[in-house]
Amino acid sequence: MSASPNQATDSDRSEVTAGIAAVLHPAARGAAREVPDAPPRGRTAWSLLGLSGIGFGLLAVSIVVSVRIGTSGVSYGDLGRSLGSRLGVAEPLPRLLDSLIWDLRVPRVLMAAVVGALLAVCGAVLQAVTRNALADPYLLGVSHGASTGAVLVVVLAIGAGSLGVTGGAFVGALVSFGLLMLLLRRSGLDSVRVVLTGVVVGQLFAAVTSLVLMASGDADATRAITYWLLGSMASARWGVVIVCAIVAALGLAVVWWYSAALDAFSFGADTAASLGINVRRTRIMLLVVTALLTSVAVASVGAIGFVGLIVPHGVRFLVGPLHRALLPFAALAGAVFLVWTDALARVSFAPQEVPVGVFTALIGVPLFLFVLRRRGEL
Amino acid sequence: MRITVEDLSWAVSGTGILCDIDANVTSGETVGLIGPNGSGKSSLLRCIAGLRAPTSGAIRYETSDIHGWSARQIAQYVAFVEQALDSDSDLRVADVVALGRTPFRDRWRGLSHTDRAIIDAALAQVGLADLRSRGWKTLSGGERQRAHIARALAQQPWGIVLDEPTNHLDVRHQLELMRLLTDTDQTVLIALHDLSLAARFCDRLLLLHRGTLVATGPPEDVLTPDRLRDVFEVDAEIGQDSLGHLTVAYRGTA
Repeated sequence: MSASPNQATDSDRSEVTAGIAAVLHPAARGAAREVPDAPPRGRTAWSLLGLSGIGFGLLAVSIVVSVRIGTSGVSYGDLGRSLGSRLGVAEPLPRLLDSLIWDLRVPRVLMAAVVGALLAVCGAVLQAVTRNALADPYLLGVSHGASTGAVLVVVLAIGAGSLGVTGGAFVGALVSFGLLMLLLRRSGLDSVRVVLTGVVVGQLFAAVTSLVLMASGDADATRAITYWLLGSMASARWGVVIVCAIVAALGLAVVWWYSAALDAFSFGADTAASLGINVRRTRIMLLVVTALLTSVAVASVGAIGFVGLIVPHGVRFLVGPLHRALLPFAALAGAVFLVWTDALARVSFAPQEVPVGVFTALIGVPLFLFVLRRRGEL
Repeated sequence: MRITVEDLSWAVSGTGILCDIDANVTSGETVGLIGPNGSGKSSLLRCIAGLRAPTSGAIRYETSDIHGWSARQIAQYVAFVEQALDSDSDLRVADVVALGRTPFRDRWRGLSHTDRAIIDAALAQVGLADLRSRGWKTLSGGERQRAHIARALAQQPWGIVLDEPTNHLDVRHQLELMRLLTDTDQTVLIALHDLSLAARFCDRLLLLHRGTLVATGPPEDVLTPDRLRDVFEVDAEIGQDSLGHLTVAYRGTA
């Protein structure tokens, strides 16, 4: 108490802390002696490690099994040979089969894993930042912005093929997010304002999309866009998968760095600030990162609903609400979930393919209800 | 730690909330902040805890002005407890207390052994050691408030600022909470609605009225019938109970 805090920096305070560490707060000294100095917390860490082992194992198995599933059968042997021939240890497969596995099936399954992870993490982050259990990655309206972009590209026939649509969607998502931030500039990123403004911006872009579709009166374009809006991995190719995977890895690292800050938001912005979180900067950073991640996902495969909403709730049920564990496990669970729903979308009405968004909702709703019931919230 | 408020004013979009406040809290003192609803108690506390930047004037921790300090730096000195604070997420009690270590943590790493020892000590100090693994939603109001105090203690602050922490607590828990705070030799600044409680536990009182500080001093000097009539608009009788504590009884509105 005698030292004076004159413009202390983190480092000289930590010297002070180091001095205090052994003795704790003066008032706590008596109590501190009664407490064993190394509490047996190891078990929790080990059980998380075990759970992550199970998670990664499950993801690997899901990816391998899912590659086999589809309208045309592929055996594990074929998969092994396709992979082996690229590593130079096996005879190459016939061209057509090899192309089916390597150029269509594998990128598609990996895309599902990456997008599932992205959406789940974005959902978890936005639920914490807005303190809203119903928040999902599309809360910020970027999916509607993306569809406006995609529709404009299709109707005006700018760019070429699927890359044009992806590019248009990405630009549309960024424009809508830019508008959102512009509207929020003065109001200070309060949770409720973010949610309301996001909904309003989303509705605006949804209306623009409908207007463009109606005005163009092109039935093919309308059908293509409807399909795209519900989400589909069918057009996933290696280039896009690799870009998404890199963005996902970077994004996850950034938001994970903020995990302590996200925990601090549990009791609101003022408490977070009193715990040393720069609330405004943290909110802007997290909103920008989640908007970018969501834009990449939506632009690549369309707006797949429900993953970002239910997966974080399910994972909280398993590993608790602390973001240090929640975010990586949400990524794993989201990946596994979307790999399987995409496999289901491929085969359930074969040869007709169902948009994967339909299945994420069909499977997601009962799971969501189950989790909420178990947590006593419904 | 001595906290000094110098000539502080705070306005929101042109409307003055706090006006020319000069006050101080000396090391180890428990100071009560009293005043009617809307008198600016919460605003003053938030300025002192560094959550709002004053329009003019200064706040000093010991001798240094906290203007320009980062939130993290401030959080390493002063802990802040809001009133009846709730959360949707089902954190365990130990996790809530662990939030107090946020200003000292390396972002990439988990809690250190030192952090855990500090958290355990804070839990023990408020008597929640047995409930450490309980979920937030299963706690009673008194337990929640104690968990927040433990979180503040885990911050190892040089001063604790509390905004009406006794709201929504029954009498026993109010007394327990105040006893807990005054038993630490912490510097405590606490906003209170209950004047008898303030008189009994605080070394000094600051009386706030329409954004200005109208009286400061020991409870028996600040709480006079005239002042209570002017500021709180009540007709009050100041007495002493058999234990020698100052009591405030209300005859009616003035």
